[in-house]
Amino acid sequence: MLKINNLHVSIEGKQIIKGLSLSINKGEVHALMGPNGSGKSTLSYVLSGKEGYEIEEGTIEYNGKNLLDLEVDERANAGLFLAFQYPMEIPGVQTSFFLKTAINSKRKFLGMPEIDALEFAKLIKSQAEDLGIGSEMLKRDLNVNYSGGEKKKQEILQMSILKPDMAILDETDSGLDIDALRIVSEGVNKLRSEQNSFLVITHYQRLLNYIKPDFVHIIADGRIVKSGDFSLALELEEKGYEDISKTA
Amino acid sequence: MAATEQTIKQVNSLGNSEYKYGFSTDLDEIKAPKGLSEEVVRFISAQKNEPEWMLEWRLNAFKVFNKLPKPNWAKLNIPEINYQEYYYYSSPKSLKDKPKSLDEIDPEILKTYEKLGIPLKEQEILSGVAVDAVFDSVSVATTYKKQLNDLGIIFCSISEAIQEHPELVKKYIGSVIPVTDHSFAALNSAVFTDGSFVYIPEGVRCPVELSTYFRINAINTGQFERTLIIADKNSYVSYLEGCTAPMRDENQLHAANVELVALDNAEIKYSTVQNWYPGDSEGKGGIYNFVTKRGACRGHSSKISWTQVETGSAITWKYPSCILQGDNSKGEFYSVAITNNKQQADTGTKMIHIGKNTSSKIISKGISAGKAQNTYRGLVSINSRASNSRNFTQCDSLLIGNECGAHTVPYIESSNADSTIEHEATTSKINEDQLFYCMQRGLNSEDAVGLIVNGFCKEVLQHLPMEFAVEAQKLVAISLEGSVG
Repeated sequence: MLKINNLHVSIEGKQIIKGLSLSINKGEVHALMGPNGSGKSTLSYVLSGKEGYEIEEGTIEYNGKNLLDLEVDERANAGLFLAFQYPMEIPGVQTSFFLKTAINSKRKFLGMPEIDALEFAKLIKSQAEDLGIGSEMLKRDLNVNYSGGEKKKQEILQMSILKPDMAILDETDSGLDIDALRIVSEGVNKLRSEQNSFLVITHYQRLLNYIKPDFVHIIADGRIVKSGDFSLALELEEKGYEDISKTA
Repeated sequence: MAATEQTIKQVNSLGNSEYKYGFSTDLDEIKAPKGLSEEVVRFISAQKNEPEWMLEWRLNAFKVFNKLPKPNWAKLNIPEINYQEYYYYSSPKSLKDKPKSLDEIDPEILKTYEKLGIPLKEQEILSGVAVDAVFDSVSVATTYKKQLNDLGIIFCSISEAIQEHPELVKKYIGSVIPVTDHSFAALNSAVFTDGSFVYIPEGVRCPVELSTYFRINAINTGQFERTLIIADKNSYVSYLEGCTAPMRDENQLHAANVELVALDNAEIKYSTVQNWYPGDSEGKGGIYNFVTKRGACRGHSSKISWTQVETGSAITWKYPSCILQGDNSKGEFYSVAITNNKQQADTGTKMIHIGKNTSSKIISKGISAGKAQNTYRGLVSINSRASNSRNFTQCDSLLIGNECGAHTVPYIESSNADSTIEHEATTSKINEDQLFYCMQRGLNSEDAVGLIVNGFCKEVLQHLPMEFAVEAQKLVAISLEGSVG
């Protein structure tokens, strides 16, 4: 599904990713763990197509296509979703209107008619309830005056209704209390299937107790220094990044 | 939209019967001599069979016009206007001169109609295609006329009002915008061709948005529109002028005068959606729109509220204002002005506080893209007698790209220590991170800009009558097409 090969990325002349390779197959959940500044968030922005990142070398293949050829919205409509670490506030735009616009953008891309009002209402209601998002919140402006936890739940709600093939969760666990962490993780687990894949970016092993990954990778200084299964996350928790990086 | 569809249904239900007031009779086109002169003023008045007092009023205005210099306060680059180059009167074009079908209309305009979801029949009318008499504005008007008549509401063209209700016209015309105000006001007073007249009697709440058929009615009001709305004591009216679709018009120079009068406890809500031809991306062509709109809150506790969405015209020069004479009266101004490519807009309001306990509120959203220039210019003046008065002003500007400009020019005069004036202003560039976020959710760049800008304008758009709010939102997005990426 996603194949990153020997990726080198710089921002304003400074190299951030230095030869990263990673393959994610359909149905797999990969965790990417690493200290601050190791290039985790940069990778998520490069994958989703944010401007300002220079790809110096390497390739990214997504479902057989060159991902780097696609615009941000084309990647999104091709099923790539980024749950933002810091979701943007959009004043004056009602949350439910935003959700509807996002759904209809995808439907338009797929050549489908706009979603029927009733169908939309049903879809949102069921998904929002599972995440503990009340209807009152859907009437508020998107992410404006949301708490940190509410913003993250909102990201998962968007993911649940857009049903991506490849979801990247960028530190979705940061700033969440234990209850919110559980709710958000359940949202992710419900979506897991043989048909889609996840890249879960996090500092902590804590999240991985809820979202069990098939593979764990440790990133340091712009490249993956160690890969393994869930036990690697446990080892990391015990020894810390410095130790693990050394033994790599 | 619902109301528009209803209008069209009603028109269609009139069937194919020849409507007796429809001007389907072949008229040879009657044009005034080219240029501007006393003779032309007399010609216009004679064509309309006006009473002597009206002619005298026009002639006086023409004398004033000749003495007044062109207003020059705006931050606009206005090409020299040669008034002698224009025709000031022509009767409705005969059918044979009009485009025969939509095939003859600029495809760009048709594309916009499609995006706005304008019904085909209405597209033809807006584009000036010759359509049969059944669907002319007069017949649409009649479907509502009876309902309004029963309530004593007068709603007709200003020409008709001069004939049928001279006492009302005589009493109020020029009472809010004196002919001596500035040269465009004087010019309009001398050569105005048509426009609307509304009178709401005491205690009556007008049951329909007078917009519902004006959209179709407004097409032939011409370049010098004159509108007069009077709300008598304890009455209410909501009026919407213009139309969300771009209108084809050969007249480059527009100078409209709109006067509103609210008596004791009356309320007038006046909404405008202006989408005249803005010229092409190089700034060629487009309408020069010099509009004077002013409302007088003459009675106590009266209220006048202006809402405008200005997206068209090459040059917009417009300051819908309120004169708050009555004690406890209220004025409001909600504005969205969008300029793209090489458009220029200098728009805002004047709130003149004269009565005690008067209040005013100004919310202005200016969006500038391409190489456009967008200025908010507003005056808040609190008279020494206007104790305990309040004003709140908020002006927000949004820039898209690096070659456009936004300017805010507030004038504040307070002669009263009991009163409070608040002014807030912000200028920002469209946020790249917001755009990225929206596009990551699948919106293309134009839809993303449209969504964010609509959010930015929400406070204003929500004051539009329901049936136009949805179209206005689409219009906001369409006006900014091509402004990003």
